[in-house]
Amino acid sequence: MSTIDRTPAHATNGNGKPYKVIGTRPIRHDGVDKVTGRAKYGADIHLSGLIYGVVLRSPHAHAKIRSIDVSQALALPGVRAVVTHKDLREPGDRIVELGEGAVNLRHLSNNILAADKVLYKGHAVAAVAADSVHIAEQAAGLIKVDYETLPAVIDVEAAMKPSAPLLHADLFTDELGQKAKAPSNVAKHFRFEKGDIAKGFAQAKVVIEREFRTATVHQGYIEPHNATAMWNADGYITVWTSTQGSFTVRQQVAELVNAPISHVKVIPMEIGGGFGGKIRVYLEPVAAILSKRTGKPVKVLMSRADVFEGTGPTPASYIRVKLGVGSDGKITAAETYMAYEAGAYPGSPIGAGAMCIFACYDIPNGRIDGYDVVVNKPQTSAYRAPGATNAAFALETVVDEACEQLKIDPLEFRLKNGVKEGSRRVDGPVFPRIGMMETVEAVKKSEHWNTPLTGKHRGRGVASGFWFNCGLKSSASATVNPDGTVALVEGSTDIGGSRTGIAMQLAETLGIAATDVVPTVGDTDSVGYTDVTGGSRVTFATGYAAYEAARDIQRQMVERAARIWEVDAAKVSYENGGVTGPDGKRFSFKELAEQINKTGEPIVGRGTVDPEGCGGAFATHVVDVEVDPETGKVDIIRYTAAQDVGTAIHPSYVEGQIQGGTVQGIGWGLNEEYFYDAAGTMRNSTFLDYRIPTCYDLPMIDTLVVEVPNPGHPYGVRGVGEVPIVPPPAALANAIYRAVGVRMKQLPMSPPNVLKEILRKGASK
Amino acid sequence: MAKRRVVTTTINGRQTEFLCEPRQTLLEVLRDTLDLTGAKEGCANGNCGACTVLMNGRPVDSCLVLGVETEGAVLETIEGVAPVDGLDPIQQAFLENAALQCGICTPGFIMSCKSLLAENSDPTENDIRFYLAGNLCRCTGYDKIVRAVLDAAKKRNAEPAPA
Ligand code: FES
Ligand code: FES
Repeated sequence: MSTIDRTPAHATNGNGKPYKVIGTRPIRHDGVDKVTGRAKYGADIHLSGLIYGVVLRSPHAHAKIRSIDVSQALALPGVRAVVTHKDLREPGDRIVELGEGAVNLRHLSNNILAADKVLYKGHAVAAVAADSVHIAEQAAGLIKVDYETLPAVIDVEAAMKPSAPLLHADLFTDELGQKAKAPSNVAKHFRFEKGDIAKGFAQAKVVIEREFRTATVHQGYIEPHNATAMWNADGYITVWTSTQGSFTVRQQVAELVNAPISHVKVIPMEIGGGFGGKIRVYLEPVAAILSKRTGKPVKVLMSRADVFEGTGPTPASYIRVKLGVGSDGKITAAETYMAYEAGAYPGSPIGAGAMCIFACYDIPNGRIDGYDVVVNKPQTSAYRAPGATNAAFALETVVDEACEQLKIDPLEFRLKNGVKEGSRRVDGPVFPRIGMMETVEAVKKSEHWNTPLTGKHRGRGVASGFWFNCGLKSSASATVNPDGTVALVEGSTDIGGSRTGIAMQLAETLGIAATDVVPTVGDTDSVGYTDVTGGSRVTFATGYAAYEAARDIQRQMVERAARIWEVDAAKVSYENGGVTGPDGKRFSFKELAEQINKTGEPIVGRGTVDPEGCGGAFATHVVDVEVDPETGKVDIIRYTAAQDVGTAIHPSYVEGQIQGGTVQGIGWGLNEEYFYDAAGTMRNSTFLDYRIPTCYDLPMIDTLVVEVPNPGHPYGVRGVGEVPIVPPPAALANAIYRAVGVRMKQLPMSPPNVLKEILRKGASK
Repeated sequence: MAKRRVVTTTINGRQTEFLCEPRQTLLEVLRDTLDLTGAKEGCANGNCGACTVLMNGRPVDSCLVLGVETEGAVLETIEGVAPVDGLDPIQQAFLENAALQCGICTPGFIMSCKSLLAENSDPTENDIRFYLAGNLCRCTGYDKIVRAVLDAAKKRNAEPAPA
C-alpha cells in the first residue's frame, strides 16, 4: 500500500521556539558507525583467548529437577567447564532495588539457573563453556537432567483457581496487605478506590460492562541477548553486554556472583533494541561464573528461540471493565478487575496497568482491583509502558461503546471527560500541567480526522493512552577541549539516538553547535551512577544532567574570564555562547576554550540529577482500517498519532519513537501472540511464526507532535518513548467495529479471531 | 571436528581465502573468522534479514548460506559499501532521514536497499515496502526507512553516472 503522497512532510519542529539547537535535526553522532557496520554491539566483541558458553534449557513447562549429571559433557574434548545453580550464590529472599523496581534475589537467581524446579519451557538449567560454540552446544546435549514433570498452568484465569497446579509452595497471596493462609498462584491483590462507585453507577444513564483477554507478546528486539565476561585472577570482573542499564547489570551481577560492586565493571556495548526487555540479567552472571571456572573470557549468546522462550515477554491478561456515563456524557463511575500474568515469578506490571487504566479521564467514583498471578511462562519483563497497553485496550473499547450508545463523538467525549492540570487519578495522584486535551484537539484539527472515510468495510477508530514517565538518577561529565568542543560522557546506554538528544541540551545551554559536542556512553567505572534507559527518562533526566554539566562549565568559564580580565567575577556573565565582561569585554566559547589550558586548570563540568517532575505523557491516535469480511484480515489504510512530548529536542527521533511505538502497538493489536500447546510449549518461537509487522504490512505513520512544555525540566522535556504503544490496539478495535460491526474483546485481532466474530455476528442476525 | 576446507572468494573487491568447517554458515565465517561483524545475527534462520549480504550481486541471508558454498563467489558486505572518503548515498540518506534507532537492522537494510536500487532506480513506496519486507526492524515502524530509500534513489539519480 502506498501512503506517502498524502503524508505531509514532518514539519513539526521550530514553531517559534527561542532555541538554536533544540528543535533542529542534526545527524546523530554515532550515525556513521551504524551505517557502515562499524558500531560494536554485544555479540561483535572479540577478545584474545575467548571461549564460548551455551545454556541448556528445560524442555518442560513445569518439573522438579531430581538430578543433573554433567560427567559426559565434561568429558567431551574442548569443554572447559559446566555450571549449574549451585555455582551461583544462594542469595536468600532478599529484596533489592534494581532501578526498575524491587526484585527478590532468590527469584532472580533461580531464573538465571533453575534450582530445584523448572517453571517454564526454556528455563535455564545449566551452562557449558567450550573452545567453540559448536562443541559447547554438543556438550549441552550430553548433560543428563532427571526431571519429574508436573502439571503446568499457562493461563491467568486457570492459574487463579484454587485447584490449579502451584508454581511455588511458599507463595502466599498478599491480599490487600494481609498474608493469606494457604499458598496460591496469586502473588498479590491490591485495590485503589475513589469516591462512591455505587452512587456513581446509580447516576449513570448507560452502564457498560465487558470482559477482555489479551495474549502474551514479546518485545521482539532484533538483537538477541548477549554477554561476555572476564573474571580476573585479582577478583575483578569485566562484563561486556548490550543492556538498558550498565549500573543495574553491575548490581545484579555483583549480588548473584557474590562480588562487591566495585569489582564489577560493566562496559555497555551498542544495544540492538530493548523496549524494557534488556534490564533484568540472564546471561551476564552465567558468563561471569564460567569465566571464573575457566580463567578465560567467555561469550554467551542467545538464539532467537532462547529469546522467545527464556526472556521478555509481556503479560497476557484478563480485564473486566464497567463504565457508567450520565446523560450529559460525563463519566459517573468506573470499576475494573485486572489480572495480569507475571510468568514464573511474581512481578507483572499490574501495578502500572492499574494506575494507567483510568488515567486519561476525570473519574469521580472509581475502583480498581489488581491481581498479580504466576503461570508457567517466562518471567515477564517490562515492555514499553508496561501494563498500560492491555489496560487501554479494555477501557478505550468500552469508552467507544459508551460514545456509540449516547451518540457522542469520541473526541467530544474526551474533551468532556479528559484529564487536565488538577484532575485526580483514581489511585490518588493529582496531575500537574499535562497535554491530554491538546492531543485530542490536535486530532480534531488534523487533516486526517477532517477527511471523510469512504468505502466498504472501512472504519475509523480513536483511542487515547497515558504513561507516567519517570525521572530517576543520571550523571554526566563534560570536558572543554582547547578547540572549542566539548567531550561529553553520560551514563545512559543509547538505544535510539539519545546521546545526540543529550548532547543537544548541553550544546543549547552553552550556545555551541550540536556537532561541537562529542558524546560517549561511559562504562560503570568512568561515569557517575545512572539508572536504566527506560521509563521514557533518558532525554528528560540524562538531558537534565547534561544541562547541569553545562551550567557548571558556564560557572567555571565565567571565573576563568574574570581571572584573565582581572575583574570581579560578579561582573562577568555567560550569555549567547560566550562570556561577557565590563567595558564590552567578550570571549566566545571557542576563544575562551582556546585559553583554558594556558591560563590555569582544565574545565570539566559535572551534572548529577535525581529530578522529580517528569510529567506524564498522553497520546491520542486515529486509524482507518479496511477489513476483509471473507478472511478477517485487517489492513491499515491510514494512521495518525498525536502526542504531547513536552519539547521535541530532536524532532526526527521524537517522531521515530512515536512511529516505532505505534507499530509495536499495531503488531500487538493485530498479529502477535505466543501459541502454547497443552504441555506449555511455545509453538511459534521464530520470527516467521511470531510475526512482527514488516514494512509491507504498514502505511506511513503520521505524527502530530504536540508540545506542552513540562515545567519540571529546564527545556520542558517530557518522556516520549513509551506512550505511543498504548492506544493502537484499542484504536484498531474501534476502527474494526466501525468497519464490520464486531466488537473485538480479545487480542490479537488476527484474521481467525476477527473472522470468528464476523461469523458469529452473521449467525446471530 | 569435521575437516576444514579452504574457500576462495572475493569479498568487497579483494580476493579472500578462509578455512571453514562444512557446517559453518557464511554469517559465522564473516563474523567469527573474518571479523566482518557488520552483518548481524537476529534469528539465524532466514527470518529477519539482519545478516543480509550480496552474493554475486543478489541479496542473501548469510545465515542460510554455508561458508563452503561461497567458493568462487563475489561477496559484498556492509563494510564494503562506503567509498574510502565518505559514504554511499544510501548510507547518507539513512542518516539524514533518521532511518535508524538502535541500528542493529541497518546494515541488512542498506544491503537490501543497494540491491533494490540496482534493480530499480526509481522505486515507488509500494516497490520499496515489497522489496524490503524480508528485513525486520522493531524500532522505527519503517516510516523513516522507506523515506530514506526514496531519498537515496533521488540522490543517486541526481548524481552524474560514474565515468
Ligand atoms: S540472522 Fe539471517 S535472517 Fe535473521
Ligand atoms: S533500528 Fe532497531 S531494529 Fe531497526
